[in-house]
Amino acid sequence: MSLSIGEVAPGFALPDTEGKRWSVAHYDGAPATVVVFTCNHCPYALAWHDRIAQVADDYAARGVRVLAVNPNDSDRYPGDSLEAMRDRVSREQWTIPYLRDATQEVAREYGAKVTPDVFVLDAEGRLRYRGAPDADYDNPREQAEWLREALDAVLDGSILARPETKPVGCSIKWKP
Amino acid sequence: MNVELLWWEGCPSTERALEAVREALDELGLGGVEVATREIRTDGDADAAGFVGSPTILIDGVDLVAAADDEPIGLSCRVYRRRDGRISPIPDPDDLREALERAAERAEVTR
Repeated sequence: MSLSIGEVAPGFALPDTEGKRWSVAHYDGAPATVVVFTCNHCPYALAWHDRIAQVADDYAARGVRVLAVNPNDSDRYPGDSLEAMRDRVSREQWTIPYLRDATQEVAREYGAKVTPDVFVLDAEGRLRYRGAPDADYDNPREQAEWLREALDAVLDGSILARPETKPVGCSIKWKP
Repeated sequence: MNVELLWWEGCPSTERALEAVREALDELGLGGVEVATREIRTDGDADAAGFVGSPTILIDGVDLVAAADDEPIGLSCRVYRRRDGRISPIPDPDDLREALERAAERAEVTR
């Protein structure tokens, strides 16, 4: 199953690394929400992380909410355990909530395939963009351009020229 | 010289890594060296090969970038660091070139 552009995304409530629950529901007030499926050990997710965090900072004043969700099976990949997530948030001084999708239900409902996999929802919770943050994990000057384009279009109420790109990253580590 | 690239299908970096190896070999005038590839499919394969992530590049059986002692063996994508500190799914081209150069020199000495 995979979410299609224009479809209302499933609501969810997941805990962050400190146990606080964050929910995404339809019409919950945010003009745009970014849900990024990510993890601790994927080089693509790590390479893009700072750019996504910068987007969160740059768009916070406009009410955009950015949530990082780690769906990986931490039994087989202990580097993605809640404890490892907590260590990373602390060490790197994250400003983005880092949520644990322990059952992997949210990742499945969204149809996430890799880390990172970026989903941009509008104020009604409709999927407006899905894909990679930008064209090249290896070029920080890209500055998550595709994600920024998507957010600008959602916030301005304009039509997205590029609603979907191919997400590039490590396959999500599903539970057996 | 034996060059082998171990890969796992869960990572999209295999083609880019292969290109980087072949480019480095070409630059060193070693374009005739064959690059073997081996797919790591299962946890058992990973255990047997001591596979710490895709891609892993072995030059004469030795990992291009020595894995840390606590680096877990398993089916994952490998994290490399470029010389400028950036994180990358493939090794720094300079590390690759230098490792191949050293291997070529060793092969010359033992000939």
